Amino acid sequence: MTDILMPFDEVLAAYDPALGLEVHVELNTASKMFCGCPAVFGGEPNAGVCPTCLGLPGAMPVVNGKAVESAIRIGLALNCDIAEWCRFARKNYFYPDMPKNFQTSQYDEPICFDGWMDVDIQNEAGETETFRVEIERAHMEEDTGKSLHVGGSTGRIHGADYSLVDYNRAGIPLIEIVTRPIVGAGEKAPEVAKAYVAQLRELIVALGVSEARMDQGNLRADVNLSLAPKGSGVLGTRTETKNVNSFRSVERAVRYEMQRHAAILSGGGSILQETRHWHEDTGITTSGREKSDAEDYRYFPEPDLVPVAPSREWVEELRGTLPENPTVRRSRLQAEWGFTDMEMRDTVGAGALGLVEETIAQGAAPQAARKWWLGELARRSNEDGVDLVDLPITPADVARIQALVDDKTVNDKLARQVFEGVLAGEGTPDEVVEKRGLAVVSDDGALGAAVDNAIAANPDVADKIRDGKVAAAGALIGAVMKEMRGQADAGRVRELILEKLT
Amino acid sequence: MSTVRDTAADLAAALAGGETTSVELTQLHLDRIAEVDERVHAFLHVDGEGALADAAESDARRARGEARGPLDGVPIAVKDVLTTRGLPTTCGSKILEGWVPPYDATVVARLREAGLPILGKTNMDEFAMGSSTEHSAYGPTRNPWDLDRIPGGSGGGSAAAVAAFEAPLAIGTDTGGSIRQPGAVTGTVGVKPTYGGVSRYGLVALANSLDQAGPVTRTVLDAAMLHDVIGGHDPRDSTSIDQAWPSFTEAARAGATGDLTGVKIGVITELAGEGWQPGVMARFDESVQTMVAAGAEVVEVSCPSFAHALAAYYLILPAEASSNLAKFDAMRYGLRVTPEGNPSAEEVMRATRDAGFGDEVKRRIILGTYALSSGYYDAYYGQAQKVRTLISRDFDAAFAQVDVLVSPTAPTTAFRLGEKLDDPMAMYLNDLATIPANLAGVPGISVPNGLADEDGLPVGLQVLAPALADDRVYRVGAAAEALLTRAWGGPLLDQATGLTSSATEGVTR
Repeated sequence: MTDILMPFDEVLAAYDPALGLEVHVELNTASKMFCGCPAVFGGEPNAGVCPTCLGLPGAMPVVNGKAVESAIRIGLALNCDIAEWCRFARKNYFYPDMPKNFQTSQYDEPICFDGWMDVDIQNEAGETETFRVEIERAHMEEDTGKSLHVGGSTGRIHGADYSLVDYNRAGIPLIEIVTRPIVGAGEKAPEVAKAYVAQLRELIVALGVSEARMDQGNLRADVNLSLAPKGSGVLGTRTETKNVNSFRSVERAVRYEMQRHAAILSGGGSILQETRHWHEDTGITTSGREKSDAEDYRYFPEPDLVPVAPSREWVEELRGTLPENPTVRRSRLQAEWGFTDMEMRDTVGAGALGLVEETIAQGAAPQAARKWWLGELARRSNEDGVDLVDLPITPADVARIQALVDDKTVNDKLARQVFEGVLAGEGTPDEVVEKRGLAVVSDDGALGAAVDNAIAANPDVADKIRDGKVAAAGALIGAVMKEMRGQADAGRVRELILEKLT
Repeated sequence: MSTVRDTAADLAAALAGGETTSVELTQLHLDRIAEVDERVHAFLHVDGEGALADAAESDARRARGEARGPLDGVPIAVKDVLTTRGLPTTCGSKILEGWVPPYDATVVARLREAGLPILGKTNMDEFAMGSSTEHSAYGPTRNPWDLDRIPGGSGGGSAAAVAAFEAPLAIGTDTGGSIRQPGAVTGTVGVKPTYGGVSRYGLVALANSLDQAGPVTRTVLDAAMLHDVIGGHDPRDSTSIDQAWPSFTEAARAGATGDLTGVKIGVITELAGEGWQPGVMARFDESVQTMVAAGAEVVEVSCPSFAHALAAYYLILPAEASSNLAKFDAMRYGLRVTPEGNPSAEEVMRATRDAGFGDEVKRRIILGTYALSSGYYDAYYGQAQKVRTLISRDFDAAFAQVDVLVSPTAPTTAFRLGEKLDDPMAMYLNDLATIPANLAGVPGISVPNGLADEDGLPVGLQVLAPALADDRVYRVGAAAEALLTRAWGGPLLDQATGLTSSATEGVTR
């Protein structure tokens, strides 16, 4: 069944959207939330498990102190208060990938609460505007196992021939960060949602508490959306779209749900409170399980754990370990590098800020670093469908290639071949230059011969240059480069031509 | 020559003196099990081979002069609610039939480290829910004093094993009296330690905030020696108390002089009166007089909130249990019942839980699920937690006046099998006197204090102390035991009729 959608402009004329974002961050602690098993998903299924994370009878949980530390640091970075005393709670429901049939989570006593994050978005004039997103809470919990539904066409449980469960992921620490309803964003709602998730990811990366790879599920966003009649100031019935796993999809999912809700509401229908699935390929959401307020998780404090009571001294000590706020950092770097707003925005938007920063730290000029990451490498990441950060090339490699350009070992055109070689796994930039024989010919003898050949072959052009029309040298340079198969420094060729003809 | 009637302390001395070997003792008890357990049904699994292998290792260690402690080589039975690596653990339930845990509970690991051969696993009410062991999915255990009567519960198997001389020592668990009440009705000793005093890791939880494992023995000294082995901090149990404990063995030895000079004892007003069997009250009053004669000062103390203890307990326990038992879903271990057709995972879970759990377990899952439900939580679970706080305050106020509190352990002697099976409330009332200690986390002991006149069945004296003061429980418990045994001229169990049935032989006292 295809949903009916209302054109976006019409949605905005009639309705105010309210957003809510729930982001799960998988921590990169060495061990799981409540046991000593490695917190690494993947590997041989059900190898990284023990009585506790398998929920065997009699086994008991013990809180991972490092996960508590990460939770507090995330909370502090989100300007939250940190609870002086809080407990874990059991969230009871049956599902085969949940070993105990309850998830050990936090309920009415989250470790972090009442925070905010300022999100930067662009207005119509292309200027940066700040939108404050209020954080209701950030709490600790454990991940579930992962189900694999085999057979059937959808990969979902319905219609599958059988299902397999891998409990390696069960018990990996998660921090769930929940916003208050975000109202007043209007047409910017999709953009605010995307920017919030992107900036949150940036913060998580800066904190170093998670790999924060959306494609790997380290960072998972659930998008809550409701519409209310314009100006009414009330909150409508919401839908919760699960596992929206890229920034762009967050934006698209919000936009889609706004249009879908509006079409239903304007037709006199009402929104069903439910979970919806996002389909990356088709860009639509479909109904998941119905989720009403009647769904009862029967929360109660986890009796096998003692309360978590972080001392104020510890909290302040952790506050001292926070990295520079990403927004502040961006302003500082922009000033240092002399980037325009547009250049900075593109750099951040491409997820290249850290990469560019590190490339510059390795010795490259700011514009050169930006040019490579947002040009050649952005193109490759698009083609290969991987994030920039996951390309098999390091900022140090990029800086080295730029150094090779700077010292005229290669020119820009050859540099692209060096990138190609490094990305193809042929070795370091220097090794690629060596193996592929890419170094420009700096031997004036060979170059001189090529220049002589070019002059001889193009007497008319040579005459023009002799007459002072220096601009005509381009044609001769081209001929020389062609003969040298590109392995020449165009600047030096020009010098030689002018030496001989003027 | 050692016999199965010897206490664990005697057996330990015989081993230390080279008069016997662990293999000999272990075989002696295995023979006794073979002889009587068909009638008593204290054991669900007997591991003769494993026990004898452990015994042989113990003997070899001792021969090298490397005995690990006083109880090295003394065999023991373990309630089937504690996980044992390589040995089935069913919790008395069909749903865990055939499950062999891949790990040892900390208590079990400590028994092994201390060199105690494990004879087997003892019967219990399913998931420790009950006061008679009749709720075991594998059939009831019988009281060695009268085979037509219940041995108490939920740890009737451990108590009966010790009372029938099938094991010198056993481990029980006590959530609302499951160690102490069986002790009382079988004429044996049972100790519920301070909450957090003995690790719960590997104890299949009934109600996590109430459960404690503890010793089941025939003497207070044996209980103390066993407590010294199994107690102490365990980093795998977050609720385990991280502190050094005094030697309970020394406390029990000190108490055995029978001198109670300067000890202030409180009699709890609320734990007596209507509904208490006259013979139980008569023995209790006598015991109090005996202690006064030995120098104790006795006062009455009131704990008004105890009136609500049972109600609070039957909200907290089912609530926690309903969540704990959710894991038994046929997905990973234990029973799996697959309905006809092409069932979903949910249908398999439902069919398995329907077939695998007994009525009492289902009753409590339903109660607990209800008590935790949205909209009812505050009225039930929340209120029950408040009552719990009030009960703790009652204890605090009482212990500000006295060193220990005493009461009868159970309101009645052992009732007949089947007598209360259809009346859950009557069954629940058995734990009236024992439940407050679990709600407050304080330690308690039940010591045999005679036979009720009307039925000739054993009665227990409960001694409670403040949290962490387990040594006081052993000191006063040992004193009471010494005074009473002196008066009887020997252990109370010497008066047992020897595994007979009142119904068939008409034995009454």
